[in-house]
Amino acid sequence: MMNTLALLLDISYAIMGAGIGAGLVAIGAGIGIGKIGGSAMESMARQPEASGKIQGAMLIIAALIEVAALFALVICLLISFRQ
Amino acid sequence: MSASPRILSRFSLLAAVVFLAFATISFAGTQEEPEPAFDEHETSNEKEFDASAVILHHVVDDHIWHLWEGHSGTIFLPVIVYSSERGVETFSSHHFYNEHHQIIAYNGYTLEHNHILLNGEKVLDLSITKNVAMLLLNAVLLMVVFLAVAKSYKNNQGKAPRGIASLFEPIIVFVRDEVVKPNLGHNTGKFLPYLLTLFFFILFGNLLGLLPGAANMTGNIAVTLTLALLTFLITNFNGNKQYWSHILWTPGVPLPLRLVILPVEIIGIFTKPFSLTVRLFVAITAGHIVLLSLICLTFIFKSYMVGAVSSVIVLFINLIELLVAGIQAYVFTQFSALYIGMAIAEHEHDDHH
Repeated sequence: MMNTLALLLDISYAIMGAGIGAGLVAIGAGIGIGKIGGSAMESMARQPEASGKIQGAMLIIAALIEVAALFALVICLLISFRQ
Repeated sequence: MSASPRILSRFSLLAAVVFLAFATISFAGTQEEPEPAFDEHETSNEKEFDASAVILHHVVDDHIWHLWEGHSGTIFLPVIVYSSERGVETFSSHHFYNEHHQIIAYNGYTLEHNHILLNGEKVLDLSITKNVAMLLLNAVLLMVVFLAVAKSYKNNQGKAPRGIASLFEPIIVFVRDEVVKPNLGHNTGKFLPYLLTLFFFILFGNLLGLLPGAANMTGNIAVTLTLALLTFLITNFNGNKQYWSHILWTPGVPLPLRLVILPVEIIGIFTKPFSLTVRLFVAITAGHIVLLSLICLTFIFKSYMVGAVSSVIVLFINLIELLVAGIQAYVFTQFSALYIGMAIAEHEHDDHH
């Protein structure tokens, strides 16, 4: 069944793997940044005076998590461009 | 019952808006129908829009700088190659392109996938490519800006900063007080010039790369590798005895564990610049790829509606990219300061030694 599917769509398993990988990466980034955002919101609600610092730290950590997601995205792109 | 004419008028307003939206979309769809009559002649010449080729072309380095369509919009940068057979040869990359902008061979050199080959073998390519030209532009811009800032401080001694100095002072003070001083302590003066240069080089490079027609400079792994290599060299040449003893012969742990820790720590010396390299490269390149993909959506679907929506999305993602430009410069400088700080730190270790 998988073989006929691959034949029908005329793609290789590598590209399917790259596509699934990119989707999983997006989930991972979403969960990570969501957790950061959630705890930032909570701590800003607890202590509104510190919200400037918390916001700054949140943006920077979000950028770091996003870069980790982009590592994997670039690998998926490389796989799909090689085919 | 008095509310129902209002509800009815609101509903009909909504219905009218939805109908108009769908009408526009379907109109955009029907606009393609006159084209098949022309397409019969053109299908042999007209290629299908290859999104990945366009995206890659804008993200990788190139020997020409293509600003806009047409012959006047292309800057043919000089090619400088060194080979053992012919020595150093310099010529304009114009020779590689014929009138129809197709790649031809020149004097034995062929250009394949942006690599210059001499009789099929690689040569040492030291050309001024698009990224090198952009690097030089960035360096000139940095020098012009910061020499002006320094001159302004010299002329305005004792007074409040004005003009360009007042623009850069908060940023410079931020880097000094929030990034460098907490990590370096009393050694701030020694490493502050390097870290400030690093920060502004990356910041200007990232921002310049977002301009239309600009080269993706910090998204070139050679550039980020060089920056990370500089940090690596500065860290390891300034490492004091404590730093090296902690890596090679970790104190305070039993002997078998020391032998296990040794290769891990040695690899750790190299993963730090590696992560710096890949982080900056990936952040900037992936940002550019996302922007280009969204713009290419318009050309894939060939519809005005998609064009309008995609333009709005691209506008907002450009704003995120501006934020990412600043954040990546900050993060690179922060980690560099951290590594240098860890290498030259002198802690009180009365307990282990």
